Amino acid sequence: MPASVTSDIIQGPPPPPIEHGWGGGGESGGRGADRRASFTGLFVLLAASTMVFAAFTSAFVVRRGLSDDWASMHKPSILWVNTVVLLASSLVLDQSRRSLKAGNRSRFNFWWSGGTALGILFLLGQAYAWQQLKDAGIYVATNPSSSFFYVLTAAHAFHLLGGVVALVYVDVQALRLRLGPAKRTAIDVTAVYWHFLDGIWLYLMVLFYVWG
Amino acid sequence: MSSPSDHAAHAPHGFIRRYIFSLDHKVIGIQYYCLGLFSVFLGMSLSLLMRFHMVNPHAQVHWFEKLWPTAAAGGVMTPELYLSLMTMHGTIMVFFVLTTVPQSGFGNYFLPIQIGAEDMAFPVLNMMSFWTTFLSLCVMVAAFFVQGGAPLSGWTSYPPLSGAGPLTGPGEGLGQTLWIVSIAIFCGASLMGAINFIATTVDLRCKGLSLMRMPLTCWTWLVTAILGLLGFAVLLSAGVLLLLDRLAGTSFFLPAGLMVNDQILNHKGGSPLLWQHLFWFFGHPEVYIAILPGMGVTSQLLSTFSRKPIFGYKAMVYAILSIGFLGFLVWGHHMFMSGMNPYSAMAFATLTMCIGVPSAIKTFNWIGTLWGGKIHFDTAMMFALGFVSLFVTGGISGIFLGQPALDLYFHDTYFVVGHFHMIMGVAAIFGMFAGTFYWFPKMTGRMMNEKLGKLHFYLTFIGVYCIFAPMHYLGIAGNPRRYSQFTENEFLGPLLPIHNFMTYAAYVTAAAQLIFLFNLIWSLKKGPKASINPWNSTTLEWTVPSPPPHDNFGGVHPVINHGPYEYSVPGSSKDFIMQNDPAEVPSEG
Amino acid sequence: MLLAPVVWVLTAVIVYFFAAKTWWFPPPINQHGMEYDAQFWRTLVVTGIIFVVAQFALGWVIVRFRNDGGRARHSHGNNKLETLWTSATAILFLGLVVMGTKIWAGVHFDEAPPDAIPIEVLVKQFAWNFRYAGPDGKFGHTELKFINDAAGNPFGIDEKDPAGKDDIVSATLKVPIGKPIKLVMHSLDVIHNFFVRELRMKQDIVPGMEIPLHFEADQIGTYEVPCSELCGLGHYKMRTSMQVMSQADFDQWKQQQAQK
Repeated sequence: MPASVTSDIIQGPPPPPIEHGWGGGGESGGRGADRRASFTGLFVLLAASTMVFAAFTSAFVVRRGLSDDWASMHKPSILWVNTVVLLASSLVLDQSRRSLKAGNRSRFNFWWSGGTALGILFLLGQAYAWQQLKDAGIYVATNPSSSFFYVLTAAHAFHLLGGVVALVYVDVQALRLRLGPAKRTAIDVTAVYWHFLDGIWLYLMVLFYVWG
Repeated sequence: MSSPSDHAAHAPHGFIRRYIFSLDHKVIGIQYYCLGLFSVFLGMSLSLLMRFHMVNPHAQVHWFEKLWPTAAAGGVMTPELYLSLMTMHGTIMVFFVLTTVPQSGFGNYFLPIQIGAEDMAFPVLNMMSFWTTFLSLCVMVAAFFVQGGAPLSGWTSYPPLSGAGPLTGPGEGLGQTLWIVSIAIFCGASLMGAINFIATTVDLRCKGLSLMRMPLTCWTWLVTAILGLLGFAVLLSAGVLLLLDRLAGTSFFLPAGLMVNDQILNHKGGSPLLWQHLFWFFGHPEVYIAILPGMGVTSQLLSTFSRKPIFGYKAMVYAILSIGFLGFLVWGHHMFMSGMNPYSAMAFATLTMCIGVPSAIKTFNWIGTLWGGKIHFDTAMMFALGFVSLFVTGGISGIFLGQPALDLYFHDTYFVVGHFHMIMGVAAIFGMFAGTFYWFPKMTGRMMNEKLGKLHFYLTFIGVYCIFAPMHYLGIAGNPRRYSQFTENEFLGPLLPIHNFMTYAAYVTAAAQLIFLFNLIWSLKKGPKASINPWNSTTLEWTVPSPPPHDNFGGVHPVINHGPYEYSVPGSSKDFIMQNDPAEVPSEG
Repeated sequence: MLLAPVVWVLTAVIVYFFAAKTWWFPPPINQHGMEYDAQFWRTLVVTGIIFVVAQFALGWVIVRFRNDGGRARHSHGNNKLETLWTSATAILFLGLVVMGTKIWAGVHFDEAPPDAIPIEVLVKQFAWNFRYAGPDGKFGHTELKFINDAAGNPFGIDEKDPAGKDDIVSATLKVPIGKPIKLVMHSLDVIHNFFVRELRMKQDIVPGMEIPLHFEADQIGTYEVPCSELCGLGHYKMRTSMQVMSQADFDQWKQQQAQK
């Protein structure tokens, strides 16, 4: 194991250098309050995202009940693959967090990068799904079912893109061996955000296949 | 996102870091205030143009043509130009004045200090939220300058008028698209702000500051942030769908069988009512976003300047929470005449009457606070007293509109216009004036001029009553709203004298605002120096220098031992106890 | 302290113009309108009292408790008072809305009587069109592609449909006195709104929806109908009129139209 990790376990991580990252100041109240605040901020963000999808869902329900022109859209089968990839990425990210808890920095790097790669793979898979739809002549305005499919998958992908940016950021910081308490918070917050998006995706899959 | 403690210990250097891309919540608060100040003068100018046109629809004004060669050809304002000015007036006032200054202006500046924190929880996010708001304003103003001009569908932007494209009218092309994009950007900015306010209030309160010891201003900023968080998320979704209807041929809000301007459109199955539901689900909480911080400021000032604790602090907190909660359940009262299910109309009406109750509680408690007090009539207090009067007037007219039976006549008349202007266009504005006079000494180290302040107050208070009270009579006479002129209906002729009166009142009141502007700017340089606590007020911002240092408390962490409004406590030597005074109260003698 | 008399004077002026009915509703022309006015009056009295009391109290505390040295009464509130005025407000406000329910129900919960005269309304930027079924009692089939204002066919009645041959199309609304009327309203383009002050009724007309509105008019006269939902640049001039006439005059008008 690299020496820095050993010293981490024995002495605790060194105080983070002053820089622009999620903070954890030198003061006793500082670190705890900042970690708590980051999680509060995250839950507040999740509440807003939930409202976005709730609004789209209510529009979906209303539109579906309104007129007789709702035709179930054929969904590209790659969606199932993408779902597995996304769930796998979450498992992998959690595995990496466990490694970090156990003090295993290099394992952490490995799994976290793996999770990031899977996340990017999911987005590529979604792009492929859209391509398949286009090839089949199904566009955003083709029918109401397809309109909502595009809107909902785009909204989810937009959220996920933000998540990928956060994942990559942590990756880069990890490679530079800068994983003080501030970064630990970032890791945990990002992971929870990512799991939330898993949840949203599963919800969307149910929406698409049962009512779409 | 750097932590408060991180960056607070390192004050920024250089003009750009200190004033442009500052991470300091105080600078950001002032930036929002300035954005709001610019916007209110822009919005007010638009309203003056509107009032002028309503009473002089055929007037030829040379510089109209210079500004709008097509929409005011020959110097005569066209109806479409009027409607676009009206749309932008409403939009700019609601979003860039009422949603920014009370919350992101004063809240940003004073929330961290009042709770004993060094800064907001996420200073970088805070900086981004301001510049995103600024970007949103730029996009909105750009709508004036594109082909076709600004949209004419009102700040409510109902489809199909707003959704079917330029066929429905001038300004409904690129102008409407930019409007939607600007609003979407604003939603993002609001979300960023809400995250900061909530996390800061929940997690960064100093020792001893329990929730029930927070100043009422902090309570209103917290609940306002929650309203904004949930409401703007829905507006964003609605805006995305409207944009797709306009640009991508979808049919979320556009039904089949549309024939606009002799052209048959291709849409199918959408619902204009769906837009209204989504919009007002945001729109109703929005009006509480506009008024709650003003209520918080009023409570703070009434207490300070009568030297009495606020009457019923707990009830006030519950009232704020109820208003916030119920605010999400009443949106349908904007849609009574819309064709929606009449049974749900009754449900919304009942809930609307319920929300009148906490508002009444607050009013009674304000008067209860004044009762038995020793009232000092500084300008800040004048505006707080004015707020109470205006809130009563504006709230009362809501009792008519909240009944679907009565709304059968009053919907879309000037009764509604009078109602919301009294509440938002005046009471909320008075909250901002009150906050300005109260906190100016803390923000700048100087006092504003009291004589000018009082003159401005009286002219404005009487002026706004003259502008907006008559609107209720117009409503009773059945005067529809959003008419660019009143020349086509016989029953409107006898009402023109009222319109003329209101227009003159508007000119005078608008001119009076220059007194305020002068006072503000002059006092920045020449105002008498302020002591650290000129109002003998009890909350934490009055314990720090004016203006406060970069990290607010100079490295000290305040400890709270008292509630926020301990005035005239029997047996104490002073008639006020600061929140961080020692627990043992020094006694008289 | 000058604020007290200012508030009182403003209050007095506002109340005066309500009491004097200087600018007021036009007289109602149906039963619904009379019930409407009664509910309005009830609400006005309740809110008027609250308005006057609150503004008076505000002025009074300003005068009575202005600073004259000395300490204020230290009090954090009064729970009994709090409960009292909260309950009173709730009862008053909820009471008002309950009392208005009958009026709302009369317009929207109750169906139009079976003998109501059906009249189709078709609105668009910026014109009103009304259609009567003619002697055969049937409305002819319509289609968008047949709409031709210049040729006098704003509804787009299919020429081939015999039921449409005797349909009467009018730019103004004409109704017989004292008979139930059922409007069936459609919009071609954007949201408009049908409003007659004397009926004390208005209703949004939403594209994609068929909006019914039933009423009775009990007084002969011509009443203005100003569009009451922002519909574009011509909103201010989108008006028509409702003419209420005797049954005999109405029948005569219908006959004249049919002969065209």
